[in-house]
Amino acid sequence: MSADAQRRLRAASWRLWQRIRRSPGMLLGTLLLALHLVTALAAPLIAPHSPTAIAPERALAGPTPAHPFGNDRFGRDLLSRVMLGGRIAIAIGVTGGAIAVLLGGFVGVLVGYLGGLTDELVMRMVDALIAIPGLLLLLVIVTGLGNGYGVILLAMILSYAPGVARVARAAAHEYVPREFITAARARGEHPLAVVGHELWPNVVGVLFVEFAMRASWIVLAVSGLSFLGFGVNPPTPDWGLMIAENRSMLALAPWGVAFPLIAMATLVVALNLVADGLAQLLGVDRATEAR
Amino acid sequence: MLRLVIQRCLLALATLLLVSLIIFGATEVLPGDVASAILGREATPTRLAALRAELGLDQPAPVRYFEWLGGAVRGDFGRSLARPDAPVGPLIAERMRVTAWLAVIATLVGVPVALGLGIGAGLFRDRPVDLTISIIALVAQSLPEFVIGALLILAFGITWPILPAVTVVGADAPLAALAPNLILPAATLVIVMTAYMLRMVRTSLIDVLDSEYIHMATLKGLPHARIIAAHALPNALLPTINAIALTVAWLIGGVVVVETVFNLPGVGRLMVSAVEDRDLPLVQALGLLGAVLYIGINLLADLATLWLSPRLRAMQR
Repeated sequence: MSADAQRRLRAASWRLWQRIRRSPGMLLGTLLLALHLVTALAAPLIAPHSPTAIAPERALAGPTPAHPFGNDRFGRDLLSRVMLGGRIAIAIGVTGGAIAVLLGGFVGVLVGYLGGLTDELVMRMVDALIAIPGLLLLLVIVTGLGNGYGVILLAMILSYAPGVARVARAAAHEYVPREFITAARARGEHPLAVVGHELWPNVVGVLFVEFAMRASWIVLAVSGLSFLGFGVNPPTPDWGLMIAENRSMLALAPWGVAFPLIAMATLVVALNLVADGLAQLLGVDRATEAR
Repeated sequence: MLRLVIQRCLLALATLLLVSLIIFGATEVLPGDVASAILGREATPTRLAALRAELGLDQPAPVRYFEWLGGAVRGDFGRSLARPDAPVGPLIAERMRVTAWLAVIATLVGVPVALGLGIGAGLFRDRPVDLTISIIALVAQSLPEFVIGALLILAFGITWPILPAVTVVGADAPLAALAPNLILPAATLVIVMTAYMLRMVRTSLIDVLDSEYIHMATLKGLPHARIIAAHALPNALLPTINAIALTVAWLIGGVVVVETVFNLPGVGRLMVSAVEDRDLPLVQALGLLGAVLYIGINLLADLATLWLSPRLRAMQR
């Protein structure tokens, strides 16, 4: 990278940082998100204890300096479990969200540009996938294919990509009638080239917002599956599973639920704040939508 | 207008047909697995083959699909695998009453509350009222349903025990015995639904209040209350009909988690035990039922929007 390019990159990231700094919600969201990502990545190195080591003498013991988040009913250290408990949800949220947004975005923009019968057929399929209410589709897929992480990832993509396709198609429709698209078509450019060079750069802002939102929904959906017993299997630490396991002892040892809950809620709030902030920053309109 | 209504209904029907294909496809990609799931360790090749023949699993997939779909149209969803000889239809019908009450209560309470709070937040944009409502909504939206349920149990079932923490009555209990058990689950659903809906209502109202015709009305000197009631609200609430329908449809999935938290014997809990048992006919029927409700509710919302908005009606031929 040349010195000039480096300077320009630094200037651009400085400008972005300035804009982020000015919106308090976005700032809080970005910082929380960064904290979560760093913790999830570094957890195996920085977790003070083994997440699965059982110590009956410490069962349900409250927070102490050695175990600041307390212990669960098997005496397992909750701080270590909370640090490690987000890794699967975050990994599935990030990869699932990214694949759903890339796949849904590409298909949505492409059929939005092509129109006609292709558009009609693909959108009917999208409608059908959306018409199976969230959790039911996940459960149907898990019943059919079992509950490995790969299947859960696939289920998340199938559940959330159709919604993205719908949004991306609507966003593309705003640009398809414009002159630069007509010009590209008249030049005889291949549809994929038009989508890649002309439309994609214009809808990519919408897709960033979609990504932040879908990732937060996937984190919640993974924890919901774990809660029902179809997600992460014990004794692997996972926030949703921890809340499910420790919920019966809520009155006796509230820390067992409180800390994983705070961890999950701050992650989801962070993603929501980032989605809102990005939408504002990029001028994306996200009025009415669910799923 | 009639043509448009018929067109929408046909579209809904086509979507439903595709849904049935997806559900059947997703659950039948591993053929024969059902038979080995039932037999477990007792699976010998002869017994497997016999059971497959008995369940009709030796037929090719398209044949089985059409047989299943044909039965489903007549209300016959086959027999449960986990509860031998129990037909799926009555099994669902028995549980449906509890879930229906839960959904009706949650909707009747949730929609007005969400509209009220959303309009309040929109009218007092960026003031303390709005900030309080919006922050609480954001937090409620970020908590999974089972956590909100657990917190409600802790508060009203354990710390201040005025309501049952978990349901012990059966699906056939009289309504008087069932009612106290419905309050906390319904409250959980209301909290989550309200959080989603009020954000949409707020955004929609803010958009309308920013529009030129509202500025025009203000400049003309119309009284503020009249501008809100006669000009802003009707236009702001029209797009939220669809948002409400989507949220009510979300409720269909939400009951699965909430019924599990509160041990409520409804359709949602039935779904969870069906998945645990890999009871394919039951899972398929419940998935299809959810989709029918979703498509039906959205169709109604579409038609209501068309009926209420002359502009949309004229625009679409």
